[in-house]
Amino acid sequence: MAHHDLVCPVDEAAIRRVRIGDTVTLDGPLFGIRDATQIHMFDRGRRTRFDLHGHAVIHTAPNVRKVPRSNVYPVGFAPVCIGTTTSARMERFTRPLMTEYGVRIIIGKGGLMDETLQAFRDLGGVYLAVIGGTAALETTWIESIDDVDFEDLNPECLWRFTVKGFGPLLVGMDSAGGSLYEQVRVDALARRAAALARLGVKSA
Amino acid sequence: MKIDPAAIEEAARELYIRALKILPDDIKDGFRRLDAGETDATAKTILATMIENIGVAERTNNLLCQDTGIPIYNILVGRGVEFDGAALKEAIRSGCARATVEHPLRSSVVHPITRVNEHTSCGRRVPVITFDFSDRPGLFEIEMVPKGSGSENGSFLKMCIPAEGVDGIKTFVIDKVLEAGGRVCPPTIVGVGVGGTADLCAKLAKIAATRPLGSACDDPEGALLERELSLAVNSLGVGPQGLGGNSTAFAVHVETAATHITMNPVAVNIQCHSARRATATFTAAGVRYGF
Repeated sequence: MAHHDLVCPVDEAAIRRVRIGDTVTLDGPLFGIRDATQIHMFDRGRRTRFDLHGHAVIHTAPNVRKVPRSNVYPVGFAPVCIGTTTSARMERFTRPLMTEYGVRIIIGKGGLMDETLQAFRDLGGVYLAVIGGTAALETTWIESIDDVDFEDLNPECLWRFTVKGFGPLLVGMDSAGGSLYEQVRVDALARRAAALARLGVKSA
Repeated sequence: MKIDPAAIEEAARELYIRALKILPDDIKDGFRRLDAGETDATAKTILATMIENIGVAERTNNLLCQDTGIPIYNILVGRGVEFDGAALKEAIRSGCARATVEHPLRSSVVHPITRVNEHTSCGRRVPVITFDFSDRPGLFEIEMVPKGSGSENGSFLKMCIPAEGVDGIKTFVIDKVLEAGGRVCPPTIVGVGVGGTADLCAKLAKIAATRPLGSACDDPEGALLERELSLAVNSLGVGPQGLGGNSTAFAVHVETAATHITMNPVAVNIQCHSARRATATFTAAGVRYGF
């Protein structure tokens, strides 16, 4: 169980060294992305002007306050509360994020599934688990909102944050086919029969 | 007692913000109970972070979770209370929109087909407003629940048939908790509706999911079922965030209604660990806020 302090962009070799059960803390740039963002990118052909190569994306749609543009708020948005949403809805976007944009790290909650695991294996990527529902804490790791693309999709824009000490985040899925979520799912399914028997269910 | 729409608007605004920032005491107690009984190291770490977040939200006067949810306002009306129903609905809508714009809060509400966001947390038939009536004289209470979407997506209905019996209900609940895994942000409150029509059954599940921890179903059969299911769900090992452990749910809550001789419906509605709610009680002396 190793700890990794990462600053993106990162290369494939570095990501392939990160394994499930390890922890990661991020500093530097982090991109916020969500359902509508990716529907527009991959189903409606919109291209972002951001270079995501070697970068980390987080499944989020933040609470923000519109403020006058300044050095502190270069695009006129101040963070209010920034947290993480359930990743599973965005499963089908992992591979195109990696093949079309070179994304290496996906941060979310609740885990992703088989298609993502295969994409990580083929292309070199990892999934980092934020503890969902702890956004007040997560917000303290956000230094600034530096840039925004697809602003018309607010709050589901493509956000560029700078983060400091973002973590430690548990590595939930890796490029060697490991998934803590799959391990837990298989273990839980194995306990189903005993749970039903305990409830007096006759045949299940 | 006559209720002034302006006071309702103010309460609707205040309740949304309060609910998003301060977790009810029964949920905080629930965290302490789970933490004391948890043996898995990862689960212990996750619970500790969740508990830390509650403190950070209060100290920084920030939202517990970024999901501002779908706003739900439950109105409970006692005897001898007068109000203009249409004005009340308008006041709630206006208070909800003001909270969103003035705080500001992320508006999480969009049109279901166009996906257009009005940036007011309001839309067609949203906020959800429900009414119930009590025989208590002079009671007027508004409960606000910002229902998070990760857990709301963990909603399921099955029109079991009578031949499936209670076994069918139990099996459905266990299978849906397994299916939902970490997506619904466990530890959760698993709300289960049993009986009624399809729509009433789903509503019962929501009432169960948003009931305070420590409360019991007032139907003894439902109370027995919820005790059994609570133990069974926490034996599955899903754990906090679906990463393993025995803290899968704070509790399973059950609500029941009579049903048809040919029917045996069961609904599941899940509440995440950010089990937020706030209540405003209107009295002659003013509005009192609590949970």
